[in-house]
This record gives sequence, structure tokens and C-alpha cells, in this order.
Amino acid sequence: MSSASGTANPLRDAQDRRLPRIAGPSGLVIFGVTGDLSRKKLMPAVYDLANRGLLPPGFSLVGFARRDWEDEDFAQVVHDAVKEHSRTTFREEVWQQLAQGMRFVSGEFHDDQAFETLRTTIDELDKSRGTGGNFAFYLSVPPKFFPTVVSQLKKHGLSDAEPGSWRRAVIEKPFGHDLKSAQELNAVIHEVFRASEVFRIDHYLGKETVQNILALRFANTMFEPLWNRSYVDHVQITMAEDIGIGGRAGYYDGIGSARDVIQNHILQLLALTAMEEPTSFDAKALLTEKLKVLNSVRLPKDLGKYTVRGQYAEGWQGGEKVPGYLDEEGIDPNSKTDTYAAIKLGIDNRRWAGVPFYLRTGKRLGRRVTEIAVMFQRAPHSPFDATDTQELGQNALVIRVQPDEGVTIRFGSKVPGTQMEIRDVTMDFAYGESFTESSPEAYERLILDVLLGDANLFPRHQEVERSWEILDPIEEYWDKHGKPEQYPAGTWGPQAADEMLARDGRIWRRP
Amino acid sequence: MNIDLTDTTSSRINAELVKARRSLGSPAMGMVLTLVIVTDEGNHYDALKAASGASKEHPSRILVVVRRPGRSPRDRAQHRLDAEVRVGSDVGEAGSGETIILRLHGELASHAHSVVLPLLLPDAPVVVWWPEDAPENPAEDPLGKLAQRRITDAAATEDPVGALSLRATTYAPGDTDLAWTRITPWRSMLAASVDQKQTTINSAVVEGEEYNPSSELLALWLAERLRVPVERRISEGPGITGVRMETVEGQICLDRANGSLAELAVPGQPDRHVALQRRSTAELLAEELRRLDPDEAYAEAVSFGINKISGPDPAHPTPAAPAPAPAEASGQTEASGQTEEPSTAEPAAEPAPAKPKGRSNRSNTKKATK
Repeated sequence: MSSASGTANPLRDAQDRRLPRIAGPSGLVIFGVTGDLSRKKLMPAVYDLANRGLLPPGFSLVGFARRDWEDEDFAQVVHDAVKEHSRTTFREEVWQQLAQGMRFVSGEFHDDQAFETLRTTIDELDKSRGTGGNFAFYLSVPPKFFPTVVSQLKKHGLSDAEPGSWRRAVIEKPFGHDLKSAQELNAVIHEVFRASEVFRIDHYLGKETVQNILALRFANTMFEPLWNRSYVDHVQITMAEDIGIGGRAGYYDGIGSARDVIQNHILQLLALTAMEEPTSFDAKALLTEKLKVLNSVRLPKDLGKYTVRGQYAEGWQGGEKVPGYLDEEGIDPNSKTDTYAAIKLGIDNRRWAGVPFYLRTGKRLGRRVTEIAVMFQRAPHSPFDATDTQELGQNALVIRVQPDEGVTIRFGSKVPGTQMEIRDVTMDFAYGESFTESSPEAYERLILDVLLGDANLFPRHQEVERSWEILDPIEEYWDKHGKPEQYPAGTWGPQAADEMLARDGRIWRRP
Repeated sequence: MNIDLTDTTSSRINAELVKARRSLGSPAMGMVLTLVIVTDEGNHYDALKAASGASKEHPSRILVVVRRPGRSPRDRAQHRLDAEVRVGSDVGEAGSGETIILRLHGELASHAHSVVLPLLLPDAPVVVWWPEDAPENPAEDPLGKLAQRRITDAAATEDPVGALSLRATTYAPGDTDLAWTRITPWRSMLAASVDQKQTTINSAVVEGEEYNPSSELLALWLAERLRVPVERRISEGPGITGVRMETVEGQICLDRANGSLAELAVPGQPDRHVALQRRSTAELLAEELRRLDPDEAYAEAVSFGINKISGPDPAHPTPAAPAPAPAEASGQTEASGQTEEPSTAEPAAEPAPAKPKGRSNRSNTKKATK
């Protein structure tokens, strides 16, 4: 690791677990700092990190955008964003510490002058704040600007780290819209930044519940013996949103839910759920296992039967009347973009052969929920009468990623008072109830990891490219065949999705 | 929900708890630990408030043991258990878990463990906290024996430095002290500054209020980790006001005059502000509950030996090796002192404590220039 940490410091001791991992001297440069993500997530996360004492003294934040702002205007914007959105309480002294390191550079992405200013700003920060030449460039901009920004960074020497320091690039999805574009994008970025210095943000991987999948599977003995085709009937991964596309028409139309969500978030969740035990928890070992399981993923032979897409139609959602997708502002009335996608995948290895993985995502569904449900097979033989177990479903283990993070286990239990009647009950573990430390926001964890150079929770370009390989044939098929089925807003998706599972004798869980 | 039980027993309290939870519609609650607070009538309110604050983020069962041995021989000969059960979030102070205030009258006051034992959550860790009047040997105390973690507070004793020495002699894995918890932000910032400046440290000075055992602990920790002479100096506070580490290249100096915003000066690097807010008891307790395994770093620091720290207090003799004179004239720290905001809000103890070795300390100089 390039940051100066660890062994040489006599004040650090592995036994001393109270001392947190503090990032080394560094700064963060945000491109597109006026955007929603920046105001709602990045700035508050930076403040929360500072408030938890995890940022180095002298940490600096540089904003880059087209506005005609001074440093103070920028600081004011950050101040407001932090006050409104930060997770931890606002403290004046923490703010003071941060505010002194805030700079703003005004300019367009093709403007050489602006990038020169950025360079002098960074040099000045090295002197006045002791950032040590360590900077992460956060590209919170639409992907079409990536090539311009990274080539500008290269041209002005911003991407070259002095020996003993680092320069890192942080990019947000979408990482392309198909395999070819993803490869091109990766080529552009890797030309300027080494692959190990590029951090792709998939904010789901920063969530405690997602990291807990690995803890649940590999730190316990009770689950792993069941985690295979002998006991698991099938797996459902759901990522549902109750909102529509809102103001994102320009971005969303033509992309659709499968590219937006399945390609990155859901396939990552699938990889973590299905992968073998990694040899260690470093980035390389994790990548090896995730890639291995993604490489074993097989598409269904009949894409028409085992993939479903839909578009939300006008309807009532939670007491509110909402417009259909085609009526949303800025959407082509003939758009074939999917706002709902469900697919069935298989994993061809000894552990999972024959166990289907059903993935679904959509907008304007019943409620906002992300969960992984591992559905177990029914008991091979029941000594009870059929009527006794009439109300008994399949055993299930559900990892609730958001909201209401936790794990639920469902199993049968005798109804008290009756002779022998067995019904489903649940056992529940909720994060909020079980830990003294409230869960940090995903972005807090991820930004800290970028500054520490810890790449565990970031998908690597191989995974991104393999995910597109999985999704591309489906998108191609959809392009050529038919159009999305309409489903009323506020329901759990189109009829065809239910039929898809019914064909296998299964039903979707109501999350 | 608030239930008062007079002249009761642990099993009746347990039954009431189950009943109360049923009536709230949540027969099972995920609680992670039992926190036992051993206190008296005068202190239990503050202690419970802090504990509830700490447990806001997660429900725990809080058992407040209030001892009332009684003053007259007649009172002492009788014994009675009164309990107050608070369940659910509707009671503001109760946090999100369950709180039981146990009043142990008469002879029962010395058999608190018999009341507490049946009320512990099954299979969950137990933490005992003595806000004041901790036993001499926490691990041997009947209540302390029930716990994985025993929290004392040297700052709440008559002789804080003496209390630290006592903690050192009776240390058992699982012991911890809030005086130690208070310095985590200092330690983490000092460690981070040494991360940034790889250099050899020759000596160190810790400045802080009198009767502030955290200053001593910080000095002990530095001495134990660095194996260099460390001096403890008295300042007007609040709390710890500064740490200086002499290195071959100059002084690493972390200065906090006003109890919240500190200034870090590292040779060859610009001066920077860092937030070092003094924390509430609730926050300290929350940190304490985060890890329930033995704190070996604390053990090593507290056991290092207070007599190895040179200081103004005649209680600890100055060791043979005198600390090298710190370079007060280092331009950087002086310059930083001027930009710092003056501390006005803090009600510092007015009678100026004895100044160490005739040298005026920084907070005094600043007061004079103001």
C-alpha cells in the first residue's frame, strides 16, 4: 500500500483495536460537484468520515464544476448539503477542520486553463495542508465525459503520482452500456490510471448487509453445509424501487432496468451469494472467486420463456396516482425501454448445478426493497399428514439488504393448542437492534477505502466486462423480439414474470 | 411502560418483564447485552441517562443496582428488594431496551449478585459499570465476576492518579476505565500524525488539567509505546490541553486550548486544525460497548508504572533520566498559537495550579496575551 501506515509507527499496535484506520494524508477532487449524488451522498459522507475521526488532518476537498464560484461559495454549498443530509450530528469544530481545506475550481472539462488551475490548487494544498501529493479524482459525471476528463488529467500531469504518493480515479456506473462500450471505457481509463488505481463504485457493495453475506456464509458453520444444490431449491434476488424515473429520463431511456441494475448490482449480489470461499479477504482473492462464479453463469436456452421485461403503466402507488412510463416527461411514447426485468440464470458448477437463480428488478413496484432469498427444498419426507402441513411453505433464509437491514430465517413450527398443525414462522436478526455502532452509509465506507487504497469492495474491470457478456445476449434478444409488457404502477411487475416462475412450479416471494 | 414492584424477587421481575413485552406486542426483542450499573440513590439518574443515550442505537437490558444498606442497625438487619421496570420506547429515558432499577435495602445490598444473576440476558455479554465508588478489585467483586467487561472511572475518584495505580495492580482481562476511553481521539490523532511523519521520537510532554487521570494515562501510553522519557505537566484545562513529541526534526505538537478544536503542528508540514471534541459520558459508554474483548493496549499502558512518568505531582517522584528541554522556541508552534481562537467558553478552574518547574505553559501564556 502506498500510504504510510502500519509497522514503522511505534504508536500503532495490532492489539489496540480502538484506534481506527485513518486515511493517510490525502485529498479528494470531485468532478461534477454540483450534481445530486455529490450533494446528497458524497459531501455528507466526507463530513461523516471527518466526524468519526477517520480523515487525516489536513484532508482537502476540491470541487470542479462549471459554476462561477469562489472557495467560500463552494464551502457554503457543502455546508448546506452536510447539514441537510449527513448521518451524524453537525459539529462546528469538525466543520472548521474540513472547511479550511475546501477549494473550488471553475471550468469546463475541455478547458485547459481550468485544469492548470486545478493543478496549482493541488500543489498549493500539498503545501498549505500537507496532502502529500495523494489525490483521488471522483468522476461524478455522465460517462460520455470520462474520456475528456481523464485525458485532461493526463495532459496536465494530474494523473502522474510522484514516487511515494498516489493518484486514483473513482468512477460511478454505468460502466458502459454493453461489452464493447465497457471495454472501450476501460481502455480509456487504464491508459491514464493503472488498473489497481481505478475504483469503480457499486454502492451496494459498501452496504453492511452485503459485506455481511460473506460473514454469514464463511464465519458460521450452520449455513454453509446447506448452501448448495442438495438443500437449496432456488434463489431469488430482488431489487425493487417504488419511484419512477423522476428527472432521469435522459439517462434512463434507452438504458433500462436490466442495464441499470442487473448488470452491476444484482450480478454482484449473485456472485457474493454463490461464490466459493476465497483464500483470503484481499481484493485479488475475492476477484478470483467472484470471476469464477460469474464465468460459470449460464443463460437459459429459451430466452423468450425465461426472461421478462415490462414497463410501468399508469396506476396507483401507495395512495398516489402516478403516470405510466410512456407518459413521463421526456420519454418517447414508442419507447421499448424496460423498467422491469426478470431473468432466470443457472450456475454450472458442482455446488449449484440445477439450482435456478431468479433475478428481478423494477421501478414503480410495490415497495422499495432489496433482498436475497435462498429458498430451501421441502423436507424429503413428512411424517405429518398433508392437512397438518398445509400452511407450511419452504424454509427460507432472506438477507434484507435494504431497507430494514437484517436476516430472516423462515421455518415451520407447530401452532399452539392444535393437535398437530404446522405453520411458517420467522426468526429475525435486525442490524439496528444488535449493534452499538450504527451502520455507516455505503459511501462513507467506499470513500474511506479509496483513500486507504483498499480495493475489496470495488468491482474490477474483468467483472464488469463479464457481467456485460452475461447480459448482452438478453438485450439483443429483447431488441429483436416484441416489446415490454405493461404492468400497473404499484404492483409487483408484469403477469409474464409470474408465469415464468409458474412454469417451473414456483412463485415469487412477496418481499 | 412503567411497573413498580415493592418487596419483590428476581423471578417476579422476570415474569413482569415477559408480561410487559407481551402487552407491547413484541414478545421477542433482540438485545445484545446486559449492562449492570452499580450506583447509589444520588447518582443513578445521571448514570442511567448516559447509559440510555449509549443504548439508543441498540436495545440492551440495563440493570441499575442502587444499594441502600441503611443507616440504623435496625435498617441494616432487614432486607427488601424494590424494583422499577421500564419497558418500551414510550419512556423517554428507557432508550429502546429494558431498564430495571433495583433498590437493594439492608443486608441485601451486599448480595447484589444474587438479584442480578437471574436477570441477565441468556447467552449475551454482561458489562458492569461503576460510575463511581468502584471496588478495589473489579474482577474479584461478586458483580464484576458475572461480567465480561468491567468499566471503572478513575476521574470520579478522590485520588485519580492513585486510582490508576490501583487499577494497574488489580488489572484482569476485561477491565477498562473511562479515563482511557476519553483519550481514544487523542491517541488516534497522534498515531495518525506519526503515520505521516516517520521519524524518531526522543521525548514527549502531556499537558492537562490537574486531577485528570486521562493525562496520566496518555503519558503512560506514550511512554509504553515509545520507550522514551515522558513528562506530565499541569495546565488549566479543560481536560488535556496538549501533547508534544520531540523528534530529531522538531516538535510534533497537538494543542487543544478550548476543549474542541485542536491544532496539529508537524515539522515540515503546514499547521492544521483537527476536531477533538470532549465527549459526553453516553458517547464514552457507547465506545466502551463496541468491543467486549479484553483491551490489551489499556492493560499495557496502565501497568507501565506511573512512577516512570516525570511530573509536578510530588506523589510520583521524578525519575533519574530528565526529559530533554522541549524546544519552546519552535517557530511553528508559536505562530500557530496566535491564529488560534481564544478559549472563552470554558469555565477553567480559577486557582492556578502549581506550575511545573517554573516554566509557564502555553495556555497560561495565551491567557496573558489576551
